[in-house]
Amino acid sequence: MTDTQYDRAPGDASALPDVERGTSSGVLVYTIGLALAVVLTAMSFWVANTSLLWAGGIALGLTVLAIAQMGVHLVFFLHVTTGPDNTNNVMALAFGVLIVTLVVVGSLLIMADLNDNMMPTAEIMNPHMQH
Amino acid sequence: MNVAVAIDDEVPHEAAPSTSEAGPAPKRIVVGFGFWVFLLSDIVMFASLFAAYAVLAQATAGGPSGLQLFNQVSVAIETACLLASSYTCGLMSLAISVRRYATVYLGALITFVLGAAFLALEVREFAGMIAIGAGPQRSAFLSAFFTLVGCHGLHVTAGLAWLVVMMAQVAIKGFQAAVERRLLCFSLFWHALDIVWVWLFTVVYLMGVVS
Repeated sequence: MTDTQYDRAPGDASALPDVERGTSSGVLVYTIGLALAVVLTAMSFWVANTSLLWAGGIALGLTVLAIAQMGVHLVFFLHVTTGPDNTNNVMALAFGVLIVTLVVVGSLLIMADLNDNMMPTAEIMNPHMQH
Repeated sequence: MNVAVAIDDEVPHEAAPSTSEAGPAPKRIVVGFGFWVFLLSDIVMFASLFAAYAVLAQATAGGPSGLQLFNQVSVAIETACLLASSYTCGLMSLAISVRRYATVYLGALITFVLGAAFLALEVREFAGMIAIGAGPQRSAFLSAFFTLVGCHGLHVTAGLAWLVVMMAQVAIKGFQAAVERRLLCFSLFWHALDIVWVWLFTVVYLMGVVS
């Protein structure tokens, strides 16, 4: 009865035998995560400041780098995995991502559409004059 | 399980019992999952603040824009502080699982100092902006900026207070199961704040400097 397969608490590292817990392998996971996050952060700052890239694609590039870094944090710091003991954590996370996407993308679409359909007066044509 | 064997003894029963037969999950899993769901709801709240900021980012009402206000060096140092504190928080959770008091205190101390340095830089940035008349009442862009970044700063402040309380509990109560569960929740909270900051420096500071 002792080997019942419960879910894993979010944030708990998985599948390491007791002898290994908290020793070098755990430190290695966090260190890899830190290194990847530092690289991605440095790339974000570089992308925002370089003149080598096409300016129109920079926002998209920054978004992709942020999503990648979020993935690094989830995998290496929060230990979210695809294993069966993590299904509930991943499902809750997926629901959260769905709501976040709906709120952000929906707001931007609706407000851009409203701005497009506004009566074009001189004041509204200039976005810097909105209060 | 013995009842199940008596009813249906053709099926081999080497397999572990299903979770529904085994009763409620251990409290660490229930607490951790509940806090995980809370964190996701907190992130949904941040998403609405992000949406408000993204909608209002160009509405400067003739006032200063992000390009004029944001100091990228300061943002880079803040990012480094928060990322490093997330790392030391992770090392602290490893030390908790093997009951090393000294390492736990050291990890907590470094995490606290880095978090406090982050907050100090942010307060200095806010004070500098308000001093030149770019406070939250100046424009819709600045209202949204102070709400979004200030809300994250308040979360970090709450996290620092929580960390101090947890270290007092470790000192007084030791590593009881309840204290360990709270420390698990704290590390989840701290890592989640770092994820929010990734989006903050990307959407607010870097995209603000680009456009």
